[in-house]
Amino acid sequence: MQKLGDFKLPHFFNYPPYFTLQPVKDTREKQIQLWKELILDYCRTQKIFVIGLEEEFPLFSNSVIERSLSHEARVAFLSALVSDGRAEWLDKGHRKCLILWHRIQDWADIILHFVKNNGLEDSVMTVEEIRSGVESRGTELQGIDRTILMRALKQLEQKGKLAIFKGSSTDDEGIKFSV
Amino acid sequence: MADLFPPAAELTASGRPVLLPSEIECSILSAVDLECDEIPSFPLLKSGIIILTTHRIVWISDSTNSSNSAVAVPLAAVNHIFSSKKSIKSMFSSPRVRFQVSFRSGGGLRSAVVTIVIRGKGDHEVFVSKFWENWRAKAWENDDKNNNTKGSSSSSASGPSSTGSGGFYSSEGTVRMVGVSGILRKEQEMWENTDKSLQEAFQDLNALMSKAKEMVTLAEKMRQKLLSSHSGATNDDEVASKEEIQDWLLSVGIISPVTKESAGALYHQQLSRQLADFVRTPLDIAGGMISVIDIYCLFNRARGTELISPDDLLLACSLWEKIDVPVMLRKFDSGVMVIQSKSYSDDEVLARIRTLVSKPDALQFGISASDAARTLGIAPAMAKEHLLTAESKGVLCRDVSPEGFRFYINLFPEINSEDLYLVKNYTMYATWIKAVTANRPR
Repeated sequence: MQKLGDFKLPHFFNYPPYFTLQPVKDTREKQIQLWKELILDYCRTQKIFVIGLEEEFPLFSNSVIERSLSHEARVAFLSALVSDGRAEWLDKGHRKCLILWHRIQDWADIILHFVKNNGLEDSVMTVEEIRSGVESRGTELQGIDRTILMRALKQLEQKGKLAIFKGSSTDDEGIKFSV
Repeated sequence: MADLFPPAAELTASGRPVLLPSEIECSILSAVDLECDEIPSFPLLKSGIIILTTHRIVWISDSTNSSNSAVAVPLAAVNHIFSSKKSIKSMFSSPRVRFQVSFRSGGGLRSAVVTIVIRGKGDHEVFVSKFWENWRAKAWENDDKNNNTKGSSSSSASGPSSTGSGGFYSSEGTVRMVGVSGILRKEQEMWENTDKSLQEAFQDLNALMSKAKEMVTLAEKMRQKLLSSHSGATNDDEVASKEEIQDWLLSVGIISPVTKESAGALYHQQLSRQLADFVRTPLDIAGGMISVIDIYCLFNRARGTELISPDDLLLACSLWEKIDVPVMLRKFDSGVMVIQSKSYSDDEVLARIRTLVSKPDALQFGISASDAARTLGIAPAMAKEHLLTAESKGVLCRDVSPEGFRFYINLFPEINSEDLYLVKNYTMYATWIKAVTANRPR
């Protein structure tokens, strides 16, 4: 079976019509479904948070059969993810897409879990510490996209689980947990 | 049966009269009644179409009626045509043409006066003058003469090769056939005669028109000759070229084309019926569907000089909806128009396409419209229509790449979106994986 890095590709990745946006409704819906699943799977295993439409993205071309997705097709598949709530456009021009292989709600739960596991219920951390600190090493939070992390933190703040405050130094924001 | 007068006339499937080998249509009028007070058994023949040919008067019931019936009065049976009296009365009533016919009844010869009542708007004066003309021309007597002098069977294929006095082979009897030189002389003479009639034919269009029938007979004769010498030929190329010539000769040959002159107001309707009869052979050869452009070329080639315009052809095709014929005009979404027989089914083509794309090579590399055209034996434009139809039904899906536009069998429905890696046994998806992995260079 073909691989992309350490990612195992499904057989249909070598099926040329998979790379042409299908015009017939039923066929197209199934094609989009398969692309959505594959994009989420790939991003989850490769810890990819943002897909830039104008940059090379390994999944969007197949050198074995010499096919690659057109811009229109890329937009179609990512838009489908966006309307499912599994992705968000980062700009109005739809050039960068944030992939949410965990929904914001799920990320918030992961943060709470992390806080409880590490006994940080009442402590203070910086945002950067959550992304790259010792405690988060080996968890899903390691290297998390800052935009996603902030969105999850804000959601928790609204629920009163924590407070975000501007640090005295401008480089980072602080989090005060109160779980 | 012999007592029945007037005798029934044979019609084609689309309601056109079946003409005798050398019969030509001259004039057509609509809304015509045939009346005869003297024969008690004379059927009620109201508001039909009347077709005057060189041999007969054919009356056909109105086309909107599904059960077309037709009768024919041979001109040979006409004893007398009464000239119409110009009177005040005739100015207000429908024009009438009266003629006397003789026919067999109960063993004896009887005669009766039949009246043609013309209620339609057609030009009845032209009709009447043509009627006189044809009756006096006695075209049927020429046929009889030919049949008698040749003394052969009357089958059109092997029968007399020409009409009138200037036959191609009239000198047949005088040439002495002795040895090879005799055969050569005969061949030579045949060619000279053929050459002569060709030259005469092309002198001008009128001459060609008058020679048209001879040309058709000649074509038919040559075809028969080719056909008979077929068995002896061994060379493949020769056979192929002979078949080609045969095809050409076959497509020479609507002896009596419907023209605006002869059909007048009924032109398109009659053209439509003649076209419906004509397309059946090419449709069979093409597998049930043929593009309108192809038919336009074939039809005009068959008509020879009385060419029709594309508009007339389209109009004739669109009239098929209104009359009961076994063919129909179909317009694809892309605008391509084709003629197909009503018995033609998309399912059959769909099944053939499915078989085509399931072959190992097609599984891996897909098929293009021209591949499909070659395999299905149809024009690429139509093959593409078929492929697009198959795509819209979910049988195929497309692949657009720098290499071109290709179609693959649609595997999407068989792929599990819950588990992208799942491959069920005995599915087309599994077969496809096998084909692809087997052929991939290692």
